[in-house]
Amino acid sequence: MEREGPGRRWSDMPAMIFPDYKSSTTRSPSQPPVPMPGSEPSLTLRPVWPALPEGDADLTTNARVNGEPIGERILVEGRLTDEAGRPVPGALVEIWQANAAGRYIHREERHPAPLDPNFLGAGRALTGEDGSYRFVTIKPGSYPWGNHRNAWRPAHIHFAVFGAGIAQRLITQMYFPGDPTLPYDPIFNATPDAAVRNRLISRFSMEETIPNWAHCYKFDIVLGGKAGTPFEEDHDHG
Amino acid sequence: MADMRGYGIMDFEDRGGAHDFHYGDGRATPPTPGPTPSQTVGPFFAYGLTPGPYGYAWRDIHTSDLTRPDLDGERIVVEGQVFDANDLPVHDAMVEILQADANGAYASAPRNDGFTGYGRAGTGALGPTTAGGDARFEFRTIRPGAPAPGTCPHITLILTMRGLLNHCVTRLYFPEDAPHVDQVLSAVPEARRPTLIAVATAPGRYRFDIRMRGPRETVFFDV
Ligand SMILES: [Fe+3]
Repeated sequence: MEREGPGRRWSDMPAMIFPDYKSSTTRSPSQPPVPMPGSEPSLTLRPVWPALPEGDADLTTNARVNGEPIGERILVEGRLTDEAGRPVPGALVEIWQANAAGRYIHREERHPAPLDPNFLGAGRALTGEDGSYRFVTIKPGSYPWGNHRNAWRPAHIHFAVFGAGIAQRLITQMYFPGDPTLPYDPIFNATPDAAVRNRLISRFSMEETIPNWAHCYKFDIVLGGKAGTPFEEDHDHG
Repeated sequence: MADMRGYGIMDFEDRGGAHDFHYGDGRATPPTPGPTPSQTVGPFFAYGLTPGPYGYAWRDIHTSDLTRPDLDGERIVVEGQVFDANDLPVHDAMVEILQADANGAYASAPRNDGFTGYGRAGTGALGPTTAGGDARFEFRTIRPGAPAPGTCPHITLILTMRGLLNHCVTRLYFPEDAPHVDQVLSAVPEARRPTLIAVATAPGRYRFDIRMRGPRETVFFDV
């Protein structure tokens, strides 16, 4: 039996070409993606990841040189599920971000804000059996960019998530509730429906905030595809 | 009503209704359930996603070299550039590959021969300068086998870069396998199929350029 590939739910994704975000106008395809017929193991097969030391997920310690990083320590945690709500275990979650001053360590970054010698701004984790992940980090600062006059990126943490196969690849950004620059950010607003793009805003959790230690922000991620065991109906390939 | 505490819609009984902070649209629009939207990878991913080849002090877990001493298969090199709508090479793209082994089998667990089938490279890592080098990606790998009857050997590529709000997925096929009998390639309009066939530039060496826009725009798949 032939079946269509899982495909992405494009109605819930940003436009490919969003003129307010200038570089999207020269770096995005103009043709719609071609549906992929049949099935293919790599669509739903989780790549083999190496074991990760637990310390990789603690950005407040994973690059210390001579002290603690400066800024507001926070927890960022959540669960990866598929669209049916099933957990996505064993997924690779990689994050990177600016420091508390809004400065990336990347060598092409020119924003005149201080680097923090004890903060790299990168972390990684594998999700548990329940699809959960957890990072300890520093709340990133907002930073200016050259897209338009007085352009500022809202504070955000970049996420690169790889679940069960290519159909569960997601590269996104997590934002913070109440950020006053969100209405002005073309990247955030490239997703047309407010109720959809607001999925990108983390939720402050008083319940999971740790007394005398760190605020907790919850960011649950829903991946496309069907989390690993979806194609029982497929008998057409050996 | 759903629990919206933390989203800016305050529970008046619990919190006294003192605040009315809002989402990015200036209104308190709670998110609907559904897939998390994609966002661009931005320009500064290298120190987190490809730290090794870019010289950042962060232990890398990925590599662009999929070969291992005990791994069977013909060694090949796959290289290419990513071109924007103005035919300028993109120096801040990340390319990931996924492929089967020489027998057409994908790795689903750690293997004795070290094969994972997954590789990652950035286009800003190679060359003499840090500001983009020669804006090329390069993978050292093995020639994959056909994963199933009715398919041709191929390598899947996942592409992301600053300016791209949704990652793109494409496939590399090998010129030696012409005429290609492959269910996925057959779904592509014939005129666009050449964008998916690599060019052999030397024995065991293939060039696969990706064009984001224009008359030779690379075919991307809905995955
Ligand atoms: Fe950023």
